[in-house]
Amino acid sequence: MARDTLLTRLCAAATLASIFGCARADAHGGQTELRVWAFGAEGEALGPIASDFERANPDVRVRVQAIPWTAAHEKLLTAYVGDALPDVAQLGNTWIPEFAALGALEPLDMLVARDSASVPRGDYFPGVLATNVVGGVLYGVPWYVDTRVLFYRTDLLRKAGVTRPPTTWSELRDDLSKLKRVQPAGAFPILLPLDEWAQPVIFALQNGSLLLTADGTRGDFLDPRFRRALDFYVGLFRDGLAPPLANTQIGNVYQEFAAGRVAMYITGPWNVGEFRRRLPVELRRSWATAPLPGPDSAGVSFAGGSSIVIMRRSTNKAAAWRFLAFLADPTRQARFYETTGDLPARRSAWSTPALVRDRELAAFREQLGRVVPTPAVPEWELIATRIAQTAERAARGRQSVDDAVASLQRDVDDILEKRRWLATQRRTPARADADARR
Amino acid sequence: MTTAVKPTRSRWRRWRIAPGWWFVAPALVLIVVFFIGPVIAAVGLSLTDYDLYALADPRAARWVGLHNYARMLHEPLFWRSLRNTLYFALVGGPLTVAVSLGAALLVNARAVRRKGVARAVFFAPFVTTLVAVAIVWRYLYHQQYGLLNWLLGHVGIHPIDWLGDPRWAMPAIIVMATWKNFGYNMLICIAGLQSIPRELYEAAALDGATAWQRFRHITIPMLGPTLFFVVIVTMIGYLQLFTEPYVMTQGGPLRATTSLALFMYEEGFRWWRLGSAAAIAFLLFMLIVLFTVVQRRLSPRAAA
Repeated sequence: MARDTLLTRLCAAATLASIFGCARADAHGGQTELRVWAFGAEGEALGPIASDFERANPDVRVRVQAIPWTAAHEKLLTAYVGDALPDVAQLGNTWIPEFAALGALEPLDMLVARDSASVPRGDYFPGVLATNVVGGVLYGVPWYVDTRVLFYRTDLLRKAGVTRPPTTWSELRDDLSKLKRVQPAGAFPILLPLDEWAQPVIFALQNGSLLLTADGTRGDFLDPRFRRALDFYVGLFRDGLAPPLANTQIGNVYQEFAAGRVAMYITGPWNVGEFRRRLPVELRRSWATAPLPGPDSAGVSFAGGSSIVIMRRSTNKAAAWRFLAFLADPTRQARFYETTGDLPARRSAWSTPALVRDRELAAFREQLGRVVPTPAVPEWELIATRIAQTAERAARGRQSVDDAVASLQRDVDDILEKRRWLATQRRTPARADADARR
Repeated sequence: MTTAVKPTRSRWRRWRIAPGWWFVAPALVLIVVFFIGPVIAAVGLSLTDYDLYALADPRAARWVGLHNYARMLHEPLFWRSLRNTLYFALVGGPLTVAVSLGAALLVNARAVRRKGVARAVFFAPFVTTLVAVAIVWRYLYHQQYGLLNWLLGHVGIHPIDWLGDPRWAMPAIIVMATWKNFGYNMLICIAGLQSIPRELYEAAALDGATAWQRFRHITIPMLGPTLFFVVIVTMIGYLQLFTEPYVMTQGGPLRATTSLALFMYEEGFRWWRLGSAAAIAFLLFMLIVLFTVVQRRLSPRAAA
């Protein structure tokens, strides 16, 4: 009896102690705790950098959570709803308009202006910095960048009688026709996977199409510039220069490239490492990269990559800015490139020897000086998917270019209907008064 | 001196709640708060155009009535998902039930010793975590290094890209789902089989019935209610197919394995059109109710 009572009392005491003894995670002997979320391979590479930061800033403890890309978007949005966002996060730059629309991001203009020594606006590629600006406000600082350039087989091109990579659309078509004659039978010179939106969007941007109207409330696909770009894209399939295949139907692109069944491919910097690893040794010097050809001269590409953002609800914004500035340091950016292969966002980081000596990355450096942002609307990913689906229908010959353009305009206007309605709401006098009072 | 009957006593009796309700109350509260409440909220959500803008500012949600439902019925991807889901349920469902029944008969056979071990082995796939299962099955289905193509190679069949070919992706998912889920139904069938009196089989054997005749005329009719339960539960589960395509193929290739639940998930959590996703959820609910009603009509005796 007595032993049972003692046991009961001990258990109760232990339970109470564990409930009240839980220290709050924030206060650890005066240190501020910074919660950082990063994704994919970059998330895993951030650990050592965070330790370096802690050594340089003993009053801040950094807790990095590495999240796989497949779960990143959902995790961020559910954290927003549950008010559990971190202090600092990596954000793909196509996601910035979405989170800016949610009001989740802290505007960074003031912080950048005050600390221009660590984060000078002028040192970033202008096209890349523009992807972080929504409604004239800067919401993120670019961390690493990527863009698309042309990868091609130099030996096959030489065999076809062409000495330099194409710089205009008509040169591209000429080169592709010549390549087709020296390739194995049934091969296609250029690979443009039909389930990717990057290629039709790049051609449209190159030809000067803005894709959406200036305020992002309607599609701009009936414009002749978009129509000409789509016609050029569809023409490549129509004339047998590109295979009408999606990524899943292609199999192994590296094998196809090595066998010469694909001679040109528009893709990003991650494939530089992949090509070096996977192509056979004898083809090591037989491929190169080149900036994309445009309608009349060297063409633009779009700017991808990730930025670092600070969440508006964070209570440690000063420490968050210090961490952001730490990541923006050019030497650290260069070292980050060596660990992950991600291209630095700062121009001064490109003068590091590893990047200067790399032949294949020279094309990227040149292209990054000619990038334009995609429309900064939250619905962009859905619109891009529609563009890819419509371009696929036209490329497979199931719809004429005119019909495709008309149906795309209808679909995108439908998607943006809510955005149009919200814009009218903001113009009503009652709402304007409420906004002024806030 | 007689005490007058207290009027409060009869008033008390009128308001008295039966004790049973008090016992059930905690569970009922949980069900109402975490199930019925959200379902009603979801119905309301499906009648609005709640999306990313409304997440930021609730005033941006508009009442749209049945517009979401109408839009879904005009969306080609909705019909594709519906077709895929029906393909999976109508092929995978009977297959799973047949395999469960077969396994139950195997385990229950008199010749089998160590029934407990056999049951545990067959039940193990059901309790294994799906992500681990998916990783192993992705290797099994690999076009070049997979065990399945290696075995088929011995019979002279060319390597098939199980998860990359739109024609074979859904059959691949069906086989994996059957392997994973047959254990649960098997246990229920075993319980049903064990409730059939042995004397019936002995009498039939004495009368000269073959094993197949015994199966057809004794086992199946006696198992009626059990089979009815198993089929309904399996169909309800299979019409909500989500995790297998999510981990194995992400709805591809070329949308061959996008189920209704996966389409709903994409609509709600990828495009943030939560009103639209709630509408899909209710359309799926109505489909499941329809299926259940049809199955009840087809087996009146069993349902009784």
